[in-house]
Amino acid sequence: MIAQPNRDAKSGSRRAWAASLISFLVFVGIWYVAAAVADSRLLPGPVEVVEYTVDEAIHGPLLSELGITLWRVAASFVVAMVIGCVIGIILGQSPKLNRLFDPWLIVLLNLPALVIIILAYVWFGLTEAAAIGAVALNKIPNVIVTLREGARALDPGLDEMARAYRMPPMERLRHVVLPQLQPYIAAASRTGLSLIWKIVLVVELLGRPNGVGFELHLNFQLFNVTAILGYTLAFITVMLAIEFFLVQPFERYTTRWRNRPV
Amino acid sequence: MNDTRPVGVTGRFEIDIASKIYRGADGAEVLAIRDFRLEIEPESMTVLMGPSGCGKTTFLRILAGLDHDFSGSLDMPEEARIGFMFQEPRLLPWRTVRRNIELVADPGFTDEDLLQLAEALNIADKLTVYPGELSLGLARRAALARAFATRPDLLLLDEPFVSLDEPTADRLRRLLLEVWSARPTTAVMVTHNPREAVMLADKLVLLAPRPTRVVEIISIDTPQAERDPAAIEAIYAELLQRYPENFAGL
Repeated sequence: MIAQPNRDAKSGSRRAWAASLISFLVFVGIWYVAAAVADSRLLPGPVEVVEYTVDEAIHGPLLSELGITLWRVAASFVVAMVIGCVIGIILGQSPKLNRLFDPWLIVLLNLPALVIIILAYVWFGLTEAAAIGAVALNKIPNVIVTLREGARALDPGLDEMARAYRMPPMERLRHVVLPQLQPYIAAASRTGLSLIWKIVLVVELLGRPNGVGFELHLNFQLFNVTAILGYTLAFITVMLAIEFFLVQPFERYTTRWRNRPV
Repeated sequence: MNDTRPVGVTGRFEIDIASKIYRGADGAEVLAIRDFRLEIEPESMTVLMGPSGCGKTTFLRILAGLDHDFSGSLDMPEEARIGFMFQEPRLLPWRTVRRNIELVADPGFTDEDLLQLAEALNIADKLTVYPGELSLGLARRAALARAFATRPDLLLLDEPFVSLDEPTADRLRRLLLEVWSARPTTAVMVTHNPREAVMLADKLVLLAPRPTRVVEIISIDTPQAERDPAAIEAIYAELLQRYPENFAGL
């Protein structure tokens, strides 16, 4: 009988899976029917879009464009997370610096993404660095705010323990500080990824000669809705794969100590 | 304000705190410690006893080098290694018990030493679990193992057995004595439990309430191993008669 809760949990997760699958199928069904009723070039059905995506992947530039966009997402993400984490932790630990820089942070938080992108292109030219920098700058204030909260919540008792035992600074960071910040880092990267990949498309649309955003722009001018939906489908698939096969397993690994019964 | 200078190889600790002032949240200054002089013999167990909230923890934090904001001097061996057992276990919840111990252990502390220590403290089967799965008593044992694994020059114990039921606390005191006798270490313990103090102390230091200062230093010459419950009661009764304010009502 001890296995009971476990089996319940398993069948529960299977039921959740089934519900997600049904909901997804209903969505595709509605799309299919709507496309059939509209019978227009401006609303292609799911079959057409999937066919286009596969064809574009084999014969067209879809895979290379996808690769370029993913590279930009990764680069902006890393830059934003590293800079945001460092500044966030510093501000969380020092009330004095926080008071000094809080107004800057509020301005940056409220600056529209489009303004940052346009200014970056105007000031630094239509370059790769300007594009990635602009995307990162849009995300950095969010990371700072989240990590600042985390750094404020650090346990002073554990810090005292580490100092009493004379743990070297790098060890302290790795074993005492970062595990406490893990939920905040996870939250920042989760929202970060979804924000960044949306902004990367805008940056590409405005000033890059390649990438998914560029293709969307091109096909918008051609009024090719099938291509727009095809590229979107490919991109969303990749981002979902990253979420399920990279982000979630990593999160499970770093929180393994929490999942056990007390 | 203060100087912490090394004093060669004698392993003696000389503490002289002229004053330690606390600044409260409202900005008011509170004198926590005044004219606190104490010499700690190497490889002895010094037990500080005083009422709750009398600055004992503050004193331990100064000894551990966590608080430098006092006036006075602290003479201790150069780069003294500290083992600190706090009131709460303060284990890292995201590391297994074994990693918690290894992370601060002395470089010469081998896997075999670790197993031996864990067996002595009856936690050998808990090494692979996370601290969240341990009861308070077991977590305290893990914290004690961690403190000894550093092979400390100075072992600090801050009311390490509070909020345990009496049989568990008693078992832990005996384990502490066992491990401590196997590898004599200079130790300073703080408690407000007089029987615990009588059971463990070589030197018993009676403290006055805030501002904390030394009232009396009592040497207990009977070796700890020979202090059975009857002997402890006898010593306790004698001290109760000599220092009624310090031993009654605590």
